[in-house]
Amino acid sequence: MHEMSLCEGIRTVIEDQARSHDIKAVRRVRVEIGRFSGVEKSALEFAFDVVMRGSVAQGATLEMIDMPGRAMCYDCMHEVEIDDRLAPCPDCGGGKLMPVAGDELRIKDLEVI
Amino acid sequence: MCTVCGCGDAKLEGHDHGHSHAHTHTHDHGHDHGHHHHDMHFGTGPAGVEVPGMSQERLIEIETGIMAKNDRYADANRAVLAGLGAFAVNLVSSPGSGKTTLLCKTIEALGDQPLAVIEGDQQTTNDADRIRATGAPAIQVNTGKGCHLDGHMVGHAMEHLKLAQNSFLFIENVGNLVCPAGFDLGEDCKVAILSVTEGEDKPLKYPDMFTASRLALLNKVDLAPYCDVDLDLYEANLRRVNPGIEVIRVSARTGEGMDSWLNWLTGSLTRKTARTAAE
Ligand SMILES: Nc1nc2c(ncn2[C@@H]2O[C@H](COP(=O)(O)OP(=O)(O)OP(=O)(O)O)[C@@H](O)[C@H]2O)c(=O)[nH]1
Ligand SMILES: [Mg+2]
Ligand SMILES: [Zn+2]
Repeated sequence: MHEMSLCEGIRTVIEDQARSHDIKAVRRVRVEIGRFSGVEKSALEFAFDVVMRGSVAQGATLEMIDMPGRAMCYDCMHEVEIDDRLAPCPDCGGGKLMPVAGDELRIKDLEVI
Repeated sequence: MCTVCGCGDAKLEGHDHGHSHAHTHTHDHGHDHGHHHHDMHFGTGPAGVEVPGMSQERLIEIETGIMAKNDRYADANRAVLAGLGAFAVNLVSSPGSGKTTLLCKTIEALGDQPLAVIEGDQQTTNDADRIRATGAPAIQVNTGKGCHLDGHMVGHAMEHLKLAQNSFLFIENVGNLVCPAGFDLGEDCKVAILSVTEGEDKPLKYPDMFTASRLALLNKVDLAPYCDVDLDLYEANLRRVNPGIEVIRVSARTGEGMDSWLNWLTGSLTRKTARTAAE
């Protein structure tokens, strides 16, 4: 995927924050990553270190919080949790599932000094 | 590099990146952008006391999408399109599925209907040249190493195209079944093109793109007899990853299915225009 540009997005948000608050350094960045967001976590971690160089978040820890995948089953009309995009409905075994959550890519908070 | 908005290395064709000309595009990188809750929470230090001379750690809640910047550009594009009653389609597919060929045929069939095209490729102006050969206005965006168009690139391109009222905007994304799914351009919908030579399992291998699309065009059906394919299986796999997706079988070569596709387009534009008029 485009983990580099995601990290550039994170850096933009951090730099906006650094302008409006008095931030000397960012120690930790917590992001929520949905199960179906398509993000390769090890690639994100690697890109994060590279992209944050030279910013207030240089050397910061990236903490990734997993968000579950949820889908609407078009057979039984239940909203169900699934781990895999192609998994059958855990309630009825149906195979027509429309993802409704799990595509999150969100910065939750920053631990700063 | 764009000094106004700090844009990266995507290049607009015929557009020098010094941006010496007047800019009408608004770049809102101010402080009013979508951070609805940047409450600050002090006092996570030991017992909440400030030790003189020592900095204290604190937590800043952000709760903002990583794509927030792109989404702001996309929203601005969407507002422009809504004001014009224009219908924008983001065409997504793997390389070579027939996006440009299909677009050229579509443009010819639409006759004097006002429309414009944005072409995204890593390199070359081939596709924009092909579109302009039909007489339609087109602008090429070269993304360099980038694997997708983003809202900002499309905003600049829209500015240069001067879209007409009640027109179509066709955006041909970079050929890539993964990344373009994650970038809102402000379009009305994504249309995925899947050609019959790619294999029935592609929707299962790259579900996000097909889940994000409202319509799939199953292209090159003229080749189906030669490649041992099961067109029904293509459709079943598309519906497995997106139960709501519409599917139209087409051939840009023979023209098969083009009527359905053109009806889908003109119906969508009529609804969009009516919505604008009502507002
Ligand atoms: N037989 C057949 N060939 C087609 C059809 N549509 C496109 N092609 C051929 O497929 C090849 C690729 O078509 P393009 O239109 O360049 O595909 P594209 O998706 O725009 O490619 P990129 O922009 O490079 O990703 C060309 O040789 C076309 O002539 C079709 O319906 N039938
Ligand atoms: Mg093309
Ligand atoms: Zn079910």
